[in-house]
Amino acid sequence: MSPTITTSSEANGNVSAATARAAAKAAATAELTGPQTITLAKALNTAMADAMHADPSVLVFGEDVGMLGGVFRITDGLTKTFGTSRCFDTPLAESGIVGMAVGMAMNGMRPVIEMQFDAFAYPAFEQIVSHVAKMHNRTKGAVKLPMVIRVPYAGGIGGVEHHCDSSEAYYAHTAGLKVFTPATVADGYRMLREAIDSDDPVMFMEPKKLYWSKDQVDLDALRAEHAANTERGTSSEGRAAVARPGTDATLIAYGPSVPTALAAAAAAAEEGRSLEVIDVRSIVPFDDETVCASVRKTGRAVVIAEAHGFASVASEIVARVQERCFHHLAAPIRRVTGFDVPYPAPKLEHYYLPGVDRILDAVDDLQWED
Amino acid sequence: MTISADHAAQRPAQQVAQQDPASDAVSKFGITVEDYMLPARHQIQMVGPDGTLNPHTEQGTQPGHEYSLPSEAELLAAYEQLVVGRRVNDQNSALVRQGRMAVYPSSHGQEACQVAAALCLAEGDWLFPTYRDSVAVMARGVDPVQTMTLFRGDWHGGYDPAKNKVGIQCTPLTTQLLHGVGVAHAAKLRGEDTVVLAMCGDGATSEGDFHEALNFAAVFHLPVVFFVQNNQYAISVPLAHQSVAPSLAHKAVGYGMAGERVDGNDVVALLAVLGRAVKLAREGSGPLLVEAHTYRMQAHTNADDATRYRQDSEVAEWVAKDPLSRMQTYLTDRGLLDDDRAARIADKAEAVATQLREGLSEEVPVEPQDLFKYVFSTPTPQLKEQSAMLADELARDAASTATEAGK
Repeated sequence: MSPTITTSSEANGNVSAATARAAAKAAATAELTGPQTITLAKALNTAMADAMHADPSVLVFGEDVGMLGGVFRITDGLTKTFGTSRCFDTPLAESGIVGMAVGMAMNGMRPVIEMQFDAFAYPAFEQIVSHVAKMHNRTKGAVKLPMVIRVPYAGGIGGVEHHCDSSEAYYAHTAGLKVFTPATVADGYRMLREAIDSDDPVMFMEPKKLYWSKDQVDLDALRAEHAANTERGTSSEGRAAVARPGTDATLIAYGPSVPTALAAAAAAAEEGRSLEVIDVRSIVPFDDETVCASVRKTGRAVVIAEAHGFASVASEIVARVQERCFHHLAAPIRRVTGFDVPYPAPKLEHYYLPGVDRILDAVDDLQWED
Repeated sequence: MTISADHAAQRPAQQVAQQDPASDAVSKFGITVEDYMLPARHQIQMVGPDGTLNPHTEQGTQPGHEYSLPSEAELLAAYEQLVVGRRVNDQNSALVRQGRMAVYPSSHGQEACQVAAALCLAEGDWLFPTYRDSVAVMARGVDPVQTMTLFRGDWHGGYDPAKNKVGIQCTPLTTQLLHGVGVAHAAKLRGEDTVVLAMCGDGATSEGDFHEALNFAAVFHLPVVFFVQNNQYAISVPLAHQSVAPSLAHKAVGYGMAGERVDGNDVVALLAVLGRAVKLAREGSGPLLVEAHTYRMQAHTNADDATRYRQDSEVAEWVAKDPLSRMQTYLTDRGLLDDDRAARIADKAEAVATQLREGLSEEVPVEPQDLFKYVFSTPTPQLKEQSAMLADELARDAASTATEAGK
């Protein structure tokens, strides 16, 4: 399959021996074991708890992440389980949170920090683009920053001003940052563990409208998968997934837009059109191979994202696919994105967000008459 | 690794940070909290511009703000570094004029601050410097040529920060203070006695990260000494346009930490004040803020024209307060510095200058593939593609150059 599977044995060398045991221990101590229906929020929470059990250098901090468990409760119970030295509240200052995490990562820790909301992360922008992204480069790899910046992002929750930005493009545009965004409950666990394991900084973009989405997952199986990957030095990092196979056209989506794309594909199937849905998962590194293999097969594509279309991740995907799949394309690639307007007020957001109808309209426009 | 379960920020509200330094101060020094946190009424100065030791009563000290004279060995080590630092500054400025370096922000006139910042720390401590602190970086033991790599222009950094425990020099102002706070925080959680000294300038105190760093360090009760070199100018803008606080050291009280002012051209006072701050921080006082009053004798960089915003007469006033000459007079008068020793120190400074001249005159070949090598621990597929593209482009260039040469 894709050669973009990261062989991160070097990166994970220091934890590999103990990981299986630690995972087993985590599995034994965590309240959740075996197949059950859980939310994305719980999957993320469990990933952090397991990582903290496995490695004492993993620390969680941010605003309200301590006793409250975060405004979205993603860090629920971590302070109680691991103490106030491992999961703690900071003063209310995002640049301070990120800047302090840089120093901690320089000095042997693996901070997992929370930006409370997408648009509240901007005070930290300088630290992120000037230092988090560049430290490894400036020091020619002498200083690695194994840190995860969790950002609840995007809309669909009826949030008032500054609570619903799709800020992924700012980070994806910055060389030196990995940008992950899970769309499923299982990926919430899988990808956050991989982000914490990464020796490079990761912007972990959590679709807040999916926090309470549920799925049946087997956490023990996910733990075993993580332990096995760690042993082998493999991971799912940088890999897109085929969320639904199809033959007529490809819908390329990530994060909050994946369920919307899946709903569109289900509706299209009723009309006799077979749409393949690709879940990008990792915006950086980007899995050209999986995405392009699908488009070469179907010959048609629509890219779906909540963020404004202009100069966006969706634009980048269109450009990449067009450069690589031009001779396989039966129609220009379409984008269904947010409009180029500031994120709308709650009563207007449904006009803004990509929906099933808008996606199906775009699919209809893919020059089927030819 | 063990991490203590206790954490300052999580203690009940009435026990949070501000009470610790306060109660410590009251019991340790027998003064009020305010008198502990506010700087002494006068800046600390031990050796005046003429090189004579101020009488004890005229050093600016007061109860709770008392300082002892550094040892002879410390004074001699500092003097040697002062001479080396001055030589480094002037050599580097010359190398810029000769086109050997892209830029050099000189600390000429601020060498006492540079030297004391490095010498007050123990081996396991960390220094977080700015772009103007190359002399401090070298005084901490970093290779001079590696220190200057950033300014030579072949990479955005030339040394491994972990080796000498010196953060990479930062140009966006005060961002490095937070990195220092994080290093101190990690060390504290592991129960290590590391102290961090984090440097910035007067203009930088206007930045948001200055506030966030001081506040985080205070709330988490971390062993960080914030060292502000007030050299009067942020490029062209004088301090009066940055702050109307009684002094920058007065900002400390707003964060619940102790502040102090010191003559930034008196290395004796600097060693005493910074040395005590580091000692207090190591003993658990929490962070401290030290403001050194000094002067940037030269333009901001070679690209700047200082005559547009300040008078020659002002510069001349500060020539009389030079940190080297006063130390030379003071040590000579105390009988610690004779011609022999002075000559040995001058030789040492010259050796460093030679090292810089030779190291920076050397044409170091840059490696284009390094562009891709250090973005991530493992290059992404996209970086591998771009790396191959550049390699191909260069191979074709080389081939066509060879063909041209063959004609």
